[in-house]
Amino acid sequence: MRRSTKAHRLALAATSALVAVFMLAGPTLACAGLIGPNGAVNLLRTTTFAGYHDGVEHYVTAFKFAGGGGKFGSIVPLPGIPSDVVRGGDWTLQRLVRETRKQLLFEADFRAAPAASGAEVLLQTRIDALDITVLRGGGADVGKWATDHGFRLPPDSPEVLDFYAQRSPIFMAASFDADAAKARGQSIGDGTPVHLTIPTDNPWVPLRILGLGKTPGATVEADVFLLTDHRPALLPRPGLVPGLQLAHSDAASDSLLTDLRSDKGMSWVPSSAWLTQVAIDADADRLTFDLAVDASGKDTPSMVAAGFVSPRPAAPATPPADLSRIGLALVVCAIGAAFVLGLMATRPAGARPA
Amino acid sequence: MKRRFALSSVAALLAAITVWAVGGAVLGRSGSEPLHVEITIHYSHYEPAAFRVPAGRPVEVVLRNTDPIDHEWIVGDAALHARHRTGTEPYHAGRPTEVTIPALSTITTVVTFASPGSLQYICHLPGHEAYGMVGTVTITP
Repeated sequence: MRRSTKAHRLALAATSALVAVFMLAGPTLACAGLIGPNGAVNLLRTTTFAGYHDGVEHYVTAFKFAGGGGKFGSIVPLPGIPSDVVRGGDWTLQRLVRETRKQLLFEADFRAAPAASGAEVLLQTRIDALDITVLRGGGADVGKWATDHGFRLPPDSPEVLDFYAQRSPIFMAASFDADAAKARGQSIGDGTPVHLTIPTDNPWVPLRILGLGKTPGATVEADVFLLTDHRPALLPRPGLVPGLQLAHSDAASDSLLTDLRSDKGMSWVPSSAWLTQVAIDADADRLTFDLAVDASGKDTPSMVAAGFVSPRPAAPATPPADLSRIGLALVVCAIGAAFVLGLMATRPAGARPA
Repeated sequence: MKRRFALSSVAALLAAITVWAVGGAVLGRSGSEPLHVEITIHYSHYEPAAFRVPAGRPVEVVLRNTDPIDHEWIVGDAALHARHRTGTEPYHAGRPTEVTIPALSTITTVVTFASPGSLQYICHLPGHEAYGMVGTVTITP
C-alpha cells in the first residue's frame, strides 16, 4: 500500500488577519502607546495554509501588500524544522481560505542587530519582498532574536513564546518590506505566498497566538480548514468550549481536490479526503489553547499539542532569593520552638508564676 | 514572669522574621544606608507588585527583567503617568524614577521618596499598562 493512501493526510487551511503596526519613519517606539510619528496603524491581512501528508506538513503563508511603506514582521510557531522554503502556489489560499484571523505581527524598524542571542538560525531565504528566517530556541531566545532584529513584541509575547517553545522550539520570523514590494511593482492586495515543507509527526493548529497583542475584551475570528483521510479527532472538541464551532464536516469534493492539486507545489493533495472547517469566534483572553488534530483514526488528539498539558514542569515562579529567605525563616522558627520547649521542660512541676 | 517575658520575646522575634522572609521585599541594612528592593519583571508583570518604604530614606531598587522584551519602571503620581501615556521619549535614563530596563538585563536605581503617600510604578510601553504592568509603592511616615 502506498503511504499516500494510508492515514495521515492532513491539510490545514486558515486565514489570518495580521495586525500590522506601521512605521513611516524612525524607531520612535517607546513611551505611552505612541506607534508612529503620525500615529498610523494599518491592518494587513495574511492568509495561511498548512497541509499534512505522509509525515510532511506543507505550510503556506501569504503576505498581502497593503500599500504604504516601511517594514512589518510576523512570527509563526512551527511543528518542526522546514526542509524547504519556496514561493507558494498562486490560488491555493484563495480556493480554501474564507476568512482571516488575527496573528502575531510586529512593528519592525530593522535596526542593526546587536550580538546574536541564543536562538539558532536554521534557514534564511528571501521570497519577493519577504525575508524568511527559521529559528530554533526557547521563548526568551526567539524573543530576544526578534527584538534584536527590530521586531517590537507585545507584552504578552514572553509568556506566549514560552508556551509554544515548550512543545516545539521552531519558529518562523518573516519580515515584509513594503518599500521593496512597491519597487517591485506589487499592487495593493497582491500577496506573496510562501510554502514551507515540514517533516513532522505531530501537526497542530496554533490558536493561542492568534490572540497575541490583543487588548482585553478583543475577539479572535478565524476559520481553520482540515483535509484528512478520515474524519479527524479534535481537541478541544468544537462546540464544547466557548468560541469554537464545527462549521463544516463532510467529504471533500472532487473539484476542490482537483483545484488544490493543480496549484504549484500541491501535487501531494490526495484523491479523496474529509473536509472539516472549525470556526473560531472567541475572546482573546480565553483562547489559551491550540487545536490538536488526530487524523490517524485512533481518536487520540494530544493533550500536549492542545496546550492543556505542559511537556515539562513549569519553572518556579519565585526567585531563589525568596526561597532562601523562607528557609531561613523556617530554621529560625525551629530554633525558637526548641527554645520554648526547653523553657517549658525546665519549669519545676507545680510551679506558679510569682 | 521571666518565662512569660522570654516567650513573648521569642514570639515577637519569630513574627518579625517571618513577616520579613515571606512578604517583605525591602531590606534595611542600617538607619543610614539605602533600603534595598528587588523587583523581578516576568511575563510582563512586576514581582512584587507592591512594597512599602519610609519617607526620606534612600531606596536602592534593583529591577531584573527576565523577559526578552524591553520594559520600563516609572514611578510617580497620576499627573506624571498621564504625561507618560502620551509621551515621546523612547528610552528613559538619567532620572532615578524613570528607568528603561532592556530585555534580559538588570538595572539599579536609587530613589528617595520625600513624602508619605502612595505612588504607582508603571511600564508605559504600548499595551504594557493595560496588560497589568502596574505596581504600588506605599511611603510611610
